[in-house]
Order: sequence, then C-alpha cells, then structure tokens
Amino acid sequence: MAAEKPLTLNMRPDGAALDRAAYERAGGYGALRKALKMSPAEIVEEVKASTLRGRGGAGFPTGLKWSFVPVNAPHPRYLVANADEMEPGTFKDRLLLERNPHLLIEGMAIAGYATGTDVGYIFLRGEYKLAAARIANALAEAYAAGYLGANILGSGYGMELRLHLSAGRYMCGEETGMLNALEGKRANPRAKPPFPPVSGLFGKPTTINNVETLCNVPPIVANGAAWFRGLSRGKDGGTKLYGASGKVNRPGIWELPMGTTIRELLEEHAGGMLDGFRFRGLLPGGASTDFLVEQHLDTPMDFTEVQKAGSRMGTGTMIVLDDKTCPVGMTWNLTHFFAQESCGWCTPCWSGLGWAERVLKAMEEGQGQPGDLEKLAFQTRFWAPGHTFCALAPGAAEPLQSALKYFREDFERHITEGRCPWR
Amino acid sequence: MLSPEERAEIEAEFPHYPNRKAVCIDAMKIVQKRRGWVPDEALADIGELLGMSIADLDGVATFYNLIFRRPVGRHVIYVCDSVSCWIMGSDRQCGHLSERLGIQLGETTPDGRFTLIPIVCLGACDHAPVMMIDDDTHFDLTPARIDRILERYP
Repeated sequence: MAAEKPLTLNMRPDGAALDRAAYERAGGYGALRKALKMSPAEIVEEVKASTLRGRGGAGFPTGLKWSFVPVNAPHPRYLVANADEMEPGTFKDRLLLERNPHLLIEGMAIAGYATGTDVGYIFLRGEYKLAAARIANALAEAYAAGYLGANILGSGYGMELRLHLSAGRYMCGEETGMLNALEGKRANPRAKPPFPPVSGLFGKPTTINNVETLCNVPPIVANGAAWFRGLSRGKDGGTKLYGASGKVNRPGIWELPMGTTIRELLEEHAGGMLDGFRFRGLLPGGASTDFLVEQHLDTPMDFTEVQKAGSRMGTGTMIVLDDKTCPVGMTWNLTHFFAQESCGWCTPCWSGLGWAERVLKAMEEGQGQPGDLEKLAFQTRFWAPGHTFCALAPGAAEPLQSALKYFREDFERHITEGRCPWR
Repeated sequence: MLSPEERAEIEAEFPHYPNRKAVCIDAMKIVQKRRGWVPDEALADIGELLGMSIADLDGVATFYNLIFRRPVGRHVIYVCDSVSCWIMGSDRQCGHLSERLGIQLGETTPDGRFTLIPIVCLGACDHAPVMMIDDDTHFDLTPARIDRILERYP
C-alpha cells in the first residue's frame, strides 16, 4: 500500500537527511526509472490528471504549467526549483530540503524529462545553510548513481542540476525576479508576456516550480493520479504540508490530507492556544494572505475553499493572532516587511507601501489621525492586481485590507484614544 | 587584486552558467566569504574578470541584503524581525541584544566582534523568536539563551 504521507513518511526521526541508500531502500528513484520508460507527454497528462496545484502559494495547476513549454521550443531549456522560502511565517520547504533532498532531486529529474529540460537550478535562499550542505551532498550522490548528468540511467535523456545560493531579498521568490537573480541582475520582475515557458532564463524556455510541488511528482508517477487525488478530502489532490506559528501550544509542520479544516489544524495539531491566550484570527498561508477569523474555522484548507472564505491558502502555514497581540502592530510589522522588500520598480508599490507603513507606525505610536483608515483602504485598492508588474503589492494589500475589516474597532481605538491599548 | 584562490573559485563557477555576468553574485559572495565584505577595489577586479562595469556590479550588490558593501564585525548577528517572531517577542530579544552589545541595529561593536542587523523571516517560525549568527540559526530565544549563545562567538 502506498504511503499516505508521501512527502514525510520516510524522513528520519533524528532529523538527519535521508541519504541515497536509505532513500532507495524506501523505493526512491523508482519513479524516475518508471518515468523514463513513459513519454514526456504521458507524464504531463498524469500530473494534470492528479490535480496537483503549485505549492508555492498561487496554486497554479502543475501539469498545465508544464504543457506551456512548446513541443518544438528551442534548447537549452531550463527548470528552476523555487527554494527561496522567504514568505514570512513559512517554514515548510526547509523541512523537505533538509530532511529529504533526494525527493526534490528525483522530482526535478522527472519534471526535467517531462519538459525536455537540459539544465536545472535549485534556487535556494542564502540563509538555508544546513539545507545547502545537504542538497550539495545529495546532488553528488545522485550524479554518482547516474540519476543526473548525461544519459540518465541509460535512457538517452540528460540533465545537469546545479545548486544556486541566493544573496537575499523576498523579490527573488517572484518567478521572473528569480530568473533575473540567476542571470546576475537585480531581482526586479519582468513584464509578462512573454511568460517563462516561452522566454525565461537567458531568454530560453523555462519551467519554475516550488519545492513541495516538485516533491509531489515522484509519488504521483509511482502511484498514479487516482491515488494522489484520493489522498485529499477535496477537489485539490494530494497531501499538504500545513504549519502553524504564534501563541499555540505546539507550533510545527504536519503533512495531512489536502482539505483538512483550519479548526483541526489549530486545535488538534497545533494543540490549541497557549494558556491565557485567546484566538482572534490568522493568516492562513503566510504574510500575503487575508486574515480569517472565528467564523472561518471550519473552512477546509485547500485552494478552492479558502478562496471562498475570502483569503488564499498561500503556503498553508498559518500565522495565529492572539488577544494579547495588537492587530495594528501586527499589520504594521507586515506592511514594514513588504515596504522594505519592494524592489522599487512600480509606483503603487514603492511609494504606496512606504506611505502606508508610516501611517500604521504613527497610529501604533498614538499619532493616528481621523481619516487614516479610509486612506489605508484606498491604498489597498491602489495595490490591486493589474497595477503592478508582480504580486508583491497585491500580496501586501491582503493582510491590511482584511485587518481593516475584521479588527476595525481596534484601529479606531488607536486613533480615538491616541495610544495603542496593548502597550 | 583578487587572490589566486578567489579567482580560481570564481572561475570554477563559469561552466555552470551560459555567460560570465551571471556569475557576478557568486563572485561577490566568494570575495565576501574571505574578506567579510566587498570593498571597492574587489568590485573593480570582479568587473574586469566578468566584463562588467563597476556601476553595474554595485547596482546588483546593493540590491541584495546578504552582500555587504561596508566592513562588518567578525560575527554578524541577523535577528529576525518578521511577523511570527514579532508575535513571539522578537522586539524584546532584539532590545536585549542591543543593550548587551551596546549597539543599535546596523552597527558594529567597537571591538569589531559583532555586527547586529535585522533580517526577514528565517523559516523557523515554529521555534520563534530566532536569529542567525554567521552560518548558524539559533532557536527559541530568551535573554538567558542569547547570553549563552554569544559566548560561543569570540
């Protein structure tokens, strides 16, 4: 029987990385052997049928993304694993990178074969030092066994795979910013179209997938699309690495069926709120998602259902707000992050985010003015999709616009009382 | 001048990318690994090796927060100021570090031992608040823990 926790089942309890021998004993690289006997188109169809959606936050269907590389597209073609986990409150890919690096490598080899890729890069954030060392080691092991390089396992297909360590900045996680960073440039976003599958890294066809997405590929190929869909409780197939941080009893990461409810995550897995703290709300999947509150706790955590509740599942790692933490202070912290990380390319972002941060800072320090809330609400509309090259400003709007909605009286108290009631 | 080791390490990156310019971030990190930061003269040397202007290189260098264009202490402390750590009291831990070291964020101790800078989410939110010192991440910070950790970095 296939594992119900395909991403984490074989991880070592002592926290060390699963080495190649142990990974192979657990069936590792069997999916690659199977894939190399299939046609690339068959693999793309299987991944489409699995309903796998991108785990980086946007939830784009993975098989569909792979099919965007034109059949007769020029070479070299590139595949990039987005391992630039910098969304605040997100710590799920680090688990996969540190504990199961061969799963990512096998997923990339299969994805590379399916898209006709010649060169792959693992774009890893520079601060993930332990992951970097373990991936470098796993790459050497994979090359030595013929899972990477020219003529993989005698199939005639070859792919080189390199580890690239980033030098910082949230913008590198935006896919076209990442391509610019790999080219040795500032990580500003690019105008789209052309989209990366047509013209990406160094102007060549490029596929970019999140780490968790790629790690789901070997189990899909090994066990089939129907099995993968069956792991989920809802429409979006598979399991999900969910997480929680904040004032909960057991902050952590858990691999669970896609569609597990927020309440189950919060109460059963995170163990509920710490003694003396009450739940007020949460960001379901990182800093750039709208707040959800008490009335949303029975929402299943998947792309479709969280969107219906007015937010996004994002990365699936929840940040919990408690009653002893100031919602205005939290929103200021989030807006500070986005303002600082803006690359300066688009006016609504570089101008608007910094301005909103100053308004929130003043409010938190007791200098809020009547009309501030309306001005902030106007700004969030100004940052909407379509006004900027990338999703940074639209992402910044999500926590702010929802905080203004759900914690309005707390914002108003800051202004009318001329102080932060939590200080 | 780039040292022979720096030059060799930079050149070893060339085959991994289709052009030399793509190596520039790696090149600056290689220099920084050995010298602690990227001085002007190194920027000029890298530019010559990769066929880039100093202005182009400095434009790239100043975009990335892990590339230093000013000298730093023997150890760099990166204290997370993002949301999960903030909820768990990172302001207090940062205040303790500041008081203990006698410097503000962005400054270096007079003895050149520590530089203290803020950093975005380090992806260890289940162990917030966290900080990095050089290549090591330290979890579940309290003032007492911070004091013990600092002793390991002479």
